[in-house]
Amino acid sequence: MTQLALVIDLNVCVGCHACVTNCKEWNTSGSAGALSDDNPYGKDPTGTFFNRVQTYEVGQFPKTETVHFPKSCLHCEDPPCVPVCPTGASYKREEDGIVLVDYDKCIGCRYCSWACPYGAREIDEHQKVMKKCTLCVDRIYDENLPEAERQPACVLACPTTARVFGDVHDPDSEVSVAIREQGGYQLMPEWGTKPSNHYLPRRKNHVSYKKDELERVDNPLKKEDYQVDASEPSLDDVTSW
Amino acid sequence: MQPAFSVIFLTTLIGMGQGLFLALYTGQVYFVLNVVDKVSTDTFYSIGSAASLGLLILGLVASVFHLGRPERAWRAAAMWRTSWLSREVIILPTVMGLIFLYGLVHYMGWNLTVLTIGAVVIDLSLLIGLVATLAVFSLYIATGMIYACLKFLQEWHSPLTVINYILLGAVSGFTLATLIAAYNQPELIPFFAGWSIVLLVLAFIFRGASLIRNKRLRPKSTIQTAIGIRHNQIKQKAMGFMGGSMNTRDFFHGKTAFFLRSIKSLFIILVFAIPLIMLIIALLKPSVMILAIATVSMYLGLLAERWYFFAEGNHPQNIYYQAIA
Ligand code: SF4
Ligand code: SF4
Repeated sequence: MTQLALVIDLNVCVGCHACVTNCKEWNTSGSAGALSDDNPYGKDPTGTFFNRVQTYEVGQFPKTETVHFPKSCLHCEDPPCVPVCPTGASYKREEDGIVLVDYDKCIGCRYCSWACPYGAREIDEHQKVMKKCTLCVDRIYDENLPEAERQPACVLACPTTARVFGDVHDPDSEVSVAIREQGGYQLMPEWGTKPSNHYLPRRKNHVSYKKDELERVDNPLKKEDYQVDASEPSLDDVTSW
Repeated sequence: MQPAFSVIFLTTLIGMGQGLFLALYTGQVYFVLNVVDKVSTDTFYSIGSAASLGLLILGLVASVFHLGRPERAWRAAAMWRTSWLSREVIILPTVMGLIFLYGLVHYMGWNLTVLTIGAVVIDLSLLIGLVATLAVFSLYIATGMIYACLKFLQEWHSPLTVINYILLGAVSGFTLATLIAAYNQPELIPFFAGWSIVLLVLAFIFRGASLIRNKRLRPKSTIQTAIGIRHNQIKQKAMGFMGGSMNTRDFFHGKTAFFLRSIKSLFIILVFAIPLIMLIIALLKPSVMILAIATVSMYLGLLAERWYFFAEGNHPQNIYYQAIA
């Protein structure tokens, strides 16, 4: 079985909001209708978004780190938002694990948004139906697009490649390898929702050198000869006749 | 959570309507089993059933205001296998139909004897009433489970939620039945008032237990589990937008702790204290006025109680929406 998902590298994300902008742009232009905004340039602007980039400060000044944290629907493997929906408008696709809302069935009761611990669902105040990230289901299978572009809009927009898209059930996929080898983790594991989207933690890239890596032990031409006592014959003297 | 008035009215109105039916039926069963010798008249049953039905209809009307797309509400019956909301949507009209039938049978005087066991005569209305009682309890359970099944709303995720929906609905219905008796058949007042007091005490114990439980809860989700970083000092600096969104509107009541405490005291006084005193007075010296005060106070109190119930629910998504920058 396939489970499409995003892996988001917090070590790389610079908090530029390009994914937010491109997500909004793509998803407000699709056949499902606009993602509505109210007072976009006025007082109290409000609107429906699928993706947000948040910023957290970890530690106490001056020892702090700024962590930019993008959040969208995590396409949980055991999504609590799906069984509660009374109409069946919310569903998880068998074939690729994407959690979707059928806008033609939704009655806008908001129950699913109560049942998502991550706050990933937002109602469209104009269409009066629940909306959420679709993993750009209307892009990723579009054969009119060049293959490299069959990816969610956020992934294409990310200038630092902090977002990778793929099948987390395929052990050899780029996303699975990243999760496995770079400590990928899930959000709020305490609720057993098993989010498919994973996050890669902040990492420090320390390089540690040992003395023998800076100073040559093997020194056939007797250059940099601060280490070997040249008065004594060495094996090198024998072999470099 | 942000309490929605449509849902507050829905749950309190149907709770009271169901409780009223339970009161009527309890009276009938007691009489049939010869526990009491006071028989309710068919007029009493008809008025009671009509009032109960009226409350359920009002509740249904209130619920429509909660939906974004009420014209598609029929679709909500589809997922009864998994969704308590869907189950409620199916059981509510069933209950309404059964109570209508129950009232109709009494109103038309169709007291057809179905079965006689010794001295106990089981007539048609008793049978319909039995089915309706089962449906009423299923509806209480469905309504309570809508909230109790959401496990990360820890304040709601407890059997106490369901028990309180049943007890508070029942006590408000029995109190209303006492009021209707005062209008129509004063000799029934002691029976209904007595039951109301018993239920009131039970409801107080269980609602109190839930308040104590919720006060002691520790949230399982923290900012650390929410973003997956192990550090004791994490602060949100920006939630990602400066305007509002559903996430900032629907999940927090936006009131002060003082306001919340005031609502709690208010509902304890209005739901429990005042009606208890009035019911005791009514037992000694029955009067419509006193029972009207009890009923109105209880209903207003239940509105406050429900508001508090919703406001108390602490949704983990709020962790992600703390700071604007
Ligand atoms: S993140 Fe929320 S909306 Fe998305 S699948 Fe999980 S529970 Fe459902
Ligand atoms: S808002 Fe729509 S998708 Fe969500 S539970 Fe209600 S009907 Fe289902």
